[in-house]
Amino acid sequence: MSNPKEATHWPRTVRLMWIMLALWAFFSFFIHFFVTALNKIVIFGFPLGFYMAAQGSLIAFVVMLFWFAYAQDKIDRDCGVAEDE
Amino acid sequence: MATQTQGTSDFTANLGKIYAFYTGGFLGFVVVLAILEQVGVPNNVIGYLFVALTIGVYAFIGIMSRTMQVSEYYVAGRRVPAFYNGMATGADWMSAASFIGMAGTLYLLGYDGLGFVLGWTGGYVLVAILVGPYLRKFGCYTVPDFFAFRYSGNFARFLAIIVLLSCSFTYVVAQIVGTGLIGARLLNMDFTVAVYVGLAGILVCSMLGGMRAVTWTQVAQYIVLIIAYMIPVVILSAQKFGLPLPQFTYGEVLQAITAREQEMVQQGLAAAGQIKSHIQPFTTYDPLNFFGLILCLMIGTASLPHVLMRYFTTPSVREARLSVAWSLLFIFMLYFTAPAYAAFAKLEVYQEVIGRSITELPQWIYSYGKVGLINVCGVQAADPAAVLAACQKIAGHAGILRFGDFAIQADAIVISTPEIAGLPYVVSGLVAAGGLAAALSTADGLLLAIANALSHDVYYKMIDKNAPTARRLLIARTLLIIVALLAAYTASFRPADIVAMVAWAFSLAAAGIFPALVMGIWWKRTSTAGALLGMIVGFGLCLYYLVGTRYFAGSFYEMWSFLSSATPAQAAKYAELKAAWLAAPDNAAAWKAYDTLAQSIANWWGVKNISAALFSLPLGFLIIWAVSLMTPGPTAEMRSFIDEIRKPRGKALFQEKTT
Repeated sequence: MSNPKEATHWPRTVRLMWIMLALWAFFSFFIHFFVTALNKIVIFGFPLGFYMAAQGSLIAFVVMLFWFAYAQDKIDRDCGVAEDE
Repeated sequence: MATQTQGTSDFTANLGKIYAFYTGGFLGFVVVLAILEQVGVPNNVIGYLFVALTIGVYAFIGIMSRTMQVSEYYVAGRRVPAFYNGMATGADWMSAASFIGMAGTLYLLGYDGLGFVLGWTGGYVLVAILVGPYLRKFGCYTVPDFFAFRYSGNFARFLAIIVLLSCSFTYVVAQIVGTGLIGARLLNMDFTVAVYVGLAGILVCSMLGGMRAVTWTQVAQYIVLIIAYMIPVVILSAQKFGLPLPQFTYGEVLQAITAREQEMVQQGLAAAGQIKSHIQPFTTYDPLNFFGLILCLMIGTASLPHVLMRYFTTPSVREARLSVAWSLLFIFMLYFTAPAYAAFAKLEVYQEVIGRSITELPQWIYSYGKVGLINVCGVQAADPAAVLAACQKIAGHAGILRFGDFAIQADAIVISTPEIAGLPYVVSGLVAAGGLAAALSTADGLLLAIANALSHDVYYKMIDKNAPTARRLLIARTLLIIVALLAAYTASFRPADIVAMVAWAFSLAAAGIFPALVMGIWWKRTSTAGALLGMIVGFGLCLYYLVGTRYFAGSFYEMWSFLSSATPAQAAKYAELKAAWLAAPDNAAAWKAYDTLAQSIANWWGVKNISAALFSLPLGFLIIWAVSLMTPGPTAEMRSFIDEIRKPRGKALFQEKTT
């Protein structure tokens, strides 16, 4: 173990995984349970419930993945297990 | 060899320039064709030029990328930068069905169709966090490689190959059918000829260069398909709203659609309840099936071998993660545009077609009626006379087109948008080239996944472990051609069922691969016995549900009637229709009535067969967990291997002789 933090790498990775999985479940399922209520809110002509399924959740997925790539890389570097550039 | 490596790194360094030049060249080519059209070159010449030039470019890239190295052939030398791998994955992923059919599905289903949009994007989140980067670190050539390594041996490899073949082959046949349909509908080619043109287009991309050639042609194909998808709807949006951003302007269109839905009922053009509201949820699927579909499509995405293998090609684990994010961004571009297509087309139909006099229908109806995509008054809308005659036969028809008189197929929406917008033919040619790019790129990826499983896993790993490189590559190419010919031959019969079965691929992949794959990485205790049993039972159950509810609906219903969602009225009707069919076993109509009803009630708790993995996934996880606890866990050596897979740093575990 060259880096004392190396042992914390996997627990931190697992934690990040659960956070991502929770966000994924939220945008894939949870938010759409309320589609009928959300449809009462209309923004630029889009009923919000429809908008979330057509664009909102998709945008969230894309942003999440770029953030994940950054966050996991930070954990890897911190714990000294990142690849050499 | 040194010069070749030099050449490759020059290529990688100049990727930006090369593809920018390519994109500019493609746009220039579109402009030249537009000018040719204006000076009177006939439409079919324009269409053929589009197809010939784009396939020519793919062939050129394919031939330039030929290789005699195993690692180049199987994983493109692991040198594909995240950004370009993202584009290649986008093309790999978006099939003929996404390009041509997605918007139409949204047109027909409204909100419920968005289940597909969500399901086919959200799966990438699972790829990135649970699977992709770990397989990249492991360093395998194919997905079955991982199963063989983690679950000690060739039986696990064999199971993974079975799952891979069963979900990929129908899928690749559907892509080739797609090329045939595009050729037939947009370019007026003969269907069978178009199928074999497609086959040639697929082979030139993949045969000489394997993964390396497929990667760089897929990038080129992504550029063509996304330009082709955007241009018609962007122009339409600019015409209607003065703003070329259809993804934002269609909010107003949604409002207009909703208003028109009510207006049509008030004007007596549709009966109350006949129109499915575009924005109201759960008009086609109940919530259980809607969310079940999303889950199965997402997990299926994260299990399909032709998607996973794209992440084997990046230079590092870090790039693999970033590459998933780029992939999703490029896929998102198309999927967030599809609902705009659907909305624009729907408003056009509701305002300009429904409520018109039968004799004054817009011209585009006949253009697509002729090829069987639009029916009016129950007949193919081939020409005004046929439509008029059919409508006059309907008792009490006032000569005004009612909602129920008009039927359009999903495939017509994207194809007809250029003509609805009154754009010149060159845009239709562009759409044909885009659809072709989508079909060819997906077919390439799938074909390579199948052929690699056969050549690498079956031949090299299971039959002849000492095969020299030259022979391995020869076998790989031969198998590629054989599989491609087999797929094209199957496609030439236009098997309708095959296209429907593509949706099954997601459930099959999810049930067979996902639990064992994820638990193998995330739970060290997962034992070989547990994983194998979980795969067999999960996949078997899924297959049983799919085949049983589709092809043996009657017996499936009778065996499981206590779990079926059938109402007492349906159950009584079932008995009645069955008696009618048994009384006249040769009567096709009696069988159809019986089988159609049986298919609608052959289910467990009302779950449709497109979401079959809803049962097999939890069962697969449960079996792997329970059996693993009851059987000896992996060796200490395997545990430390798993530790290595989890850390990006360090050498790939799976070392191969590469030259």
